[in-house]
Amino acid sequence: MSTMMIRRALSALLLLSAPLVAQDTTRGVRIGLTYDPGSKPGIVVLPGRGVGADSIRAIIQRDLDFGDRVTAIGLNAVALGDASLAASPNWAMLAKLGAAAAVQVTVTPTGLHLALYDVAKHTTALINDYVAAPMSDTRAWRAAVHGVSDDLEESLTGTRGIAHTRVAFERGGRLWVVDSDGEQATPITEAGTPQSAAWNATGTTIAYSSFLPPAKIVLVDVASGRSRTLVTGGGVFISPAFTRDGASVVYSHGIEDGTDLYIADVSGGGGRRLSVGRGSDNISPTFSPDGRRIAFMSARAGHPEIYTMDADGTNVDMLTTLEVSSSAYRSSPDWSPDSRSVAFQARIAGTFQLMTINLRDRGMKQLTSDGQNTDPSWAPDGRHIVFVSNRSGAKVLWVLDAETGRTRQLTRGGTARNPAWSPRLSSN
Amino acid sequence: MTRNATLLSLSILLAAGGLQACRKKPAAAPEPAASMPASDANAAQRRADSLAALAAKRAADSVAAARAAANDEGTQAALRRVLSQVVYFDYDKDQLRDDARAVLDAKAAVLGANAGITVVVTGHTDEQGTSEYNLALGQRRAAQVKRYLESKGIGENRVTTQSMGDSQPAAQGSDEASYQLNRRAEFETRNVTGALMRPRT
Repeated sequence: MSTMMIRRALSALLLLSAPLVAQDTTRGVRIGLTYDPGSKPGIVVLPGRGVGADSIRAIIQRDLDFGDRVTAIGLNAVALGDASLAASPNWAMLAKLGAAAAVQVTVTPTGLHLALYDVAKHTTALINDYVAAPMSDTRAWRAAVHGVSDDLEESLTGTRGIAHTRVAFERGGRLWVVDSDGEQATPITEAGTPQSAAWNATGTTIAYSSFLPPAKIVLVDVASGRSRTLVTGGGVFISPAFTRDGASVVYSHGIEDGTDLYIADVSGGGGRRLSVGRGSDNISPTFSPDGRRIAFMSARAGHPEIYTMDADGTNVDMLTTLEVSSSAYRSSPDWSPDSRSVAFQARIAGTFQLMTINLRDRGMKQLTSDGQNTDPSWAPDGRHIVFVSNRSGAKVLWVLDAETGRTRQLTRGGTARNPAWSPRLSSN
Repeated sequence: MTRNATLLSLSILLAAGGLQACRKKPAAAPEPAASMPASDANAAQRRADSLAALAAKRAADSVAAARAAANDEGTQAALRRVLSQVVYFDYDKDQLRDDARAVLDAKAAVLGANAGITVVVTGHTDEQGTSEYNLALGQRRAAQVKRYLESKGIGENRVTTQSMGDSQPAAQGSDEASYQLNRRAEFETRNVTGALMRPRT
C-alpha cells in the first residue's frame, strides 16, 4: 500500500515538475532532483520527532549508505539542529552541505510519517504515511522502517532499495535469516543438516536440502516456521531452486550414477528428470529472471563448469569457457536479476574467488581477491552480492557492491555458508 | 659364691643339653618314614609326581589356550580392521587409486567369507569448493567403491551408499595433508553376529 501511495504522489510531482527537468541530466530521478547521472545525490536525514525517532534516523541513514546509490551526509548534533528549524528545513545550510534532498521521519500514533524535501526547489517533494507495527515488535517495526528507506531510495534514484530484504544462510547446523543490515539474525530450522536455502519469488517460502540420510528437499514457511518434505529417498538431494512462478522446485538428485537436475511440483507428485548428465554431476540450478533458462554447474567435461539450458532441459550450452587444467573449478552460479550476467566462484591460483560472466559477450570479470570468497547470491537490485569470505578470519557473510567494489561484513561469529538473498519483501 | 657359680654352670650345661636335644629332634623326624615299608614310599612319590605333572600340564594348557585366544582375538581385530579400513581419493576425483583397490580387495575377501554382513559406504570430501558439489562428489566416491566391491562378487544389495560431503572432516586443518585425510570413503558394517570367518585362501 505504501508503494501505491508513493507512486501516486510521484506521478503528481512528475506532472508538475516535468517541464523543469532536463531529461539527459536526471536519468532515474523521479522527484525532479537535479544531479548528474552516475553521481550519488547527497541526502541529509533530519532528526525526527517521537519515541524511537533517533533509532529510525540511524536505521534509514545506514540503509541509504548500504544501498550505495545516495550519499547519506553525516552531521554533528549542532549542525543537525541548525539544519532542521522548527517550521521548515534550513535550505541555505542544506545546499551548502551539498544535499540534494533532506528527509524527516516522524513517529505517529499508527506508524510513521515521511517528509522528503527538495533542497534546490525549497519544496516538500513527498509526504507519506505508513502504518507500522509497534516498536516492541522489533522485527516488524524494523521491516517498516526499511520499507521507508526503500521508498526513499526509489524516489531519489529511480531504483528501489534493498533495505527490506533478508539473507538466508547456514550456520551451526541450522538455517538462519538475517535482515539486509545484519540485524535480527534468527534461526528458522531445528538443528540438523540443512543446506542451500532458496527463496520463492515472493519471499514467503524457503526450500532447502537436508543431507542426513534419508536426504530430502524441504519447504519451510518463513513466517510460521512450518515445514514439509517435498521429495526424499536414497542417494543425495541437493541445491533446490524455485521456478519463477513458485509452483515447482528444481533440484539435484542422484544415487549411484552421478546427479541430475529434477523438477517437482510444490503441490506434490514427485520429481522428473530434466538434465542428461550421463553419470556426471549436475547441480546448483539458478533461473533466468524470465524463467526460461537455467544456469547450473556440471562436471560433465571432467571438472565443474557453468552451463545453461532451457527450463525443460533442452538446448544445453557451456557458458564458461572450458579451462584445460586439472584444478579448474567453476561453481555456485547465480543469475543476476538484471539478466546481464551470472555470478559464480572459480578456483584461481589455489583459492576461490567471485567472478561474473557477461551473458552477451561472455566476458569474465574477477570481483574479489582478498582471502577466499565463495557462494555468491545477488541482491534483487542486481548490484549487490552476498557471499562467504574468510578475509577477516572465520568464514562469515559479506556484501559486495559489484559496481564500486565496496564491501561490508554482514554476519559475525560461527561459520556461515550458502547465503541466499531474498527478493524484495512486502511490508506486512 | 662358689656354690652359686657351680649352680649357674650346671644350669648352663642343662640348658645347653636341652638345646642339643632340641636340635636333634628335627633331624630324627624323617626316620619314621624311612622306617615305612618301601612300597608305600614309592606310591607317595608317584602321587606327588603325578600331581606336579598335572599342575604343569594345566598351566601349559591355559597358556596355550590364552595364546590361542589372543591369537584369535588378533585375527578378529584384524578382520574388523579390514572391514573398517578407509580408502582415500585424489582432489575432485572419484576414481579408485591403487592403494584404494588393495584395501577394497581385502574387504571383498572378508565380505565374501561372511555372507550375512552388509556395508554402508559413506563418501566424504575435503572442504575445498562448493558444499553442494561436495555432496555429489562424496556420493560418487561411495558409488565407485560399491561398484568395485560388486565387481569382486559382493552382491549389490549388501552395499548401500551415502554422502556427507565436506560436513564431517577427519582432520580439521586447511592444508593438503588434512585435505588428503578428508577425501575418503568410510565403511560401517551391519549384521555382524559372532566371530568373523577368515577368508579362504
